[in-house]
Amino acid sequence: MATAAEAPAPTATPRRKRSWKQLPVIHQLRQSVGLQRGMLVAGLVLMGIFVLAAIFAPLLAPYSYGQLRDESGVFGAQQSPSGEHWLGTTVGGYDVLSRVIYGARTALLVILVAILLSIVVGVLLGLVSGYFGGWADRVLVVICDAIYAFPTLLLAIVVGIAISGGQSSLWGGIFAAALSITVVFIPQYFRVIRAETVRIKAEAFVESARVIGASNWRIMTRHVLRNSTRTLPLIVTLNASEAILTLAGLGFLGFGIQPTSGAEWGYDLNRSLSDVTSGIWWTAVFPGSAIVLTVLGLTLVGESLNDLVDPRLRTRRRAAEGEPSPVGEVAVVPGGTLAAPGGIRGLEPLGGEQ
Amino acid sequence: MTTTTSELTDSSAQEDGAGAPVTRRRRRGGGLGRYIVVRFLLIIPTIFILVTTVFFLMRTTGDPITAALGGRLPPDQLAQRVHDAGYDRPLFVQYFEYLGGIVHGDFGTTISDRRPVLDVLKTFGTATLELSIYALIVAFIVGIPLGMVAAYFRDRAPDAILRVFAILFYATPVFFLGLLFKLVFSVWLDWLPVAGRASTGTEIELSTLAHPSGFYLIDALRLGDPEAVQDVLQHAILPSLALGLLTAGIFLRLVRTNVIGTHGAGYVEAARSRGVGEYRLLRKHAYRPALIPIITVIGLQVAILLVGAVLTETTFEWKGLGFQLTKYLQARDFVAVQGIVALLAVIVAVTNFIVDIIAALIDPRVRY
Repeated sequence: MATAAEAPAPTATPRRKRSWKQLPVIHQLRQSVGLQRGMLVAGLVLMGIFVLAAIFAPLLAPYSYGQLRDESGVFGAQQSPSGEHWLGTTVGGYDVLSRVIYGARTALLVILVAILLSIVVGVLLGLVSGYFGGWADRVLVVICDAIYAFPTLLLAIVVGIAISGGQSSLWGGIFAAALSITVVFIPQYFRVIRAETVRIKAEAFVESARVIGASNWRIMTRHVLRNSTRTLPLIVTLNASEAILTLAGLGFLGFGIQPTSGAEWGYDLNRSLSDVTSGIWWTAVFPGSAIVLTVLGLTLVGESLNDLVDPRLRTRRRAAEGEPSPVGEVAVVPGGTLAAPGGIRGLEPLGGEQ
Repeated sequence: MTTTTSELTDSSAQEDGAGAPVTRRRRRGGGLGRYIVVRFLLIIPTIFILVTTVFFLMRTTGDPITAALGGRLPPDQLAQRVHDAGYDRPLFVQYFEYLGGIVHGDFGTTISDRRPVLDVLKTFGTATLELSIYALIVAFIVGIPLGMVAAYFRDRAPDAILRVFAILFYATPVFFLGLLFKLVFSVWLDWLPVAGRASTGTEIELSTLAHPSGFYLIDALRLGDPEAVQDVLQHAILPSLALGLLTAGIFLRLVRTNVIGTHGAGYVEAARSRGVGEYRLLRKHAYRPALIPIITVIGLQVAILLVGAVLTETTFEWKGLGFQLTKYLQARDFVAVQGIVALLAVIVAVTNFIVDIIAALIDPRVRY
């Protein structure tokens, strides 16, 4: 998932003075020490494995996700792990290992589509809404607050029904799942970007741009957007893990992708419900562990990033080996960057700006 | 809308200790009474938006009768049933009728078993409530003390272990945890029952009660049969643990972050300089103010808990709202789904309201 975590980077800053070391994630990795670095590295490794499994699924998996037979005949249902099927076969007669590996591909696709869509829509709405204000802004805020309070999975179910009637092919299923998750995430990006926009548009540099005669669009994209994307990598990693859990939840409730058109961990767990009762463990344990490890990796990265950008939670490097100003630069999760014009005053809650 | 980052991240328990109440404050006068009224008026548009969203989303693919019975009935019969139910009228007419029904507490009638949705709620709601209460008890008992321990040992081994556990509980889908519990404790060790709320014998016994509360533990106690009580409790252990540990992980992280936040506050330093012991500092000075932001985000945990309950019930065949919801989903009975989802949304909105009021009662700074 490193790709998704870094996705917002290209829009983040003009890269004149900044090197690759300043990229989100990499910057925090360099900054971290001790336990926090361990957590971040462990998370990145798990994420790496997940992404690699997703990309190279056809090479890694011994069979296809929907394969029921090979040259030597039908696999057979609920076969215990053996040399031929390392992780056994499912109740439907599929190879568990292959479905676990291909499941990573489905999950990655869903995360990518969901996060890209929600960033685009959420950021655009937040930017426009926060920049122009007015009644449309108020209406959007109320709607987003309402949706934000809605239980994620339930909303995803409803959206899933609306999109696909609850049953789908691979791409149909991926888009249904991704869109259902998108709807849940849009309010989060909207809220963050809007709050940042409201804060930044009161800054002097926006004022001066307006005086020069820059268009609203130019101010929004060049001045406001680029200063308001600081927290996105953090939200993206946390959302990615939530996306996997929501996808798995949807699959578990029978809203997944049909087994013949794609592998999905949640769906496989749903099918293994009855297996467990009769002591067949391999159909449940492996897809479940895949979910746990993937979410674990994403969460570890998200948690560490969150701690690292919050000076109160960050473990400090000892003074001797410390960088010149470890706090100054990234201290400002809610507020934005200290380096931005406006400086620390920008951190004060803006009185009349709500 | 106030600054939102703190609210945004509370799903991952990163709410900052002192910041949240301050950013929520508006520089305006107004007592508690005014706050309650304003906050109450705010849930009306919330519920309205949620119900509207659900209604229109559910209708984008067509009417519920075609969805449920399409392909199983000849077209003319299908059209007749659609007409009888009024689903061939303009969408807006149906929408206002639906809204009107909700105002009177009528959430529609299910298609598959022709029951009023409110009736479904009354029958199965108590089961979900019972499970949620058990889970909350587990979450409080496990999550809050461990969160304080983690904060106390900040960045040392116990903290690291506890945090990994908290993240693990978050990372494990509640249904997978449930499956593992079933596998280990019910199938391999054979200590606890596999599924259900009670064994058949107890269910029959319970159904003989005159006015059952639906809350199995209470009903079993009223029966006065110790075996029934034991049976009911045994069935509750695994689902409560699965759902409770998920929530406990969230609580642990919340408590840890907030206690660390308040631990660095000036008044804690002041107390320390007066010679107050570290344990007492944590217990009396850092912990209590840390509770306020925790209470304010418990409202959001209710949403997570409800979703978790839906999945846990499906795993353990715990016959509550979630179990029922899954059944209706599989039957493609979208009227029932719509009703249950709308109801759960209302429950979440109302809970958030109550939680906000409690938070305002505790901390005067929270008020608008």
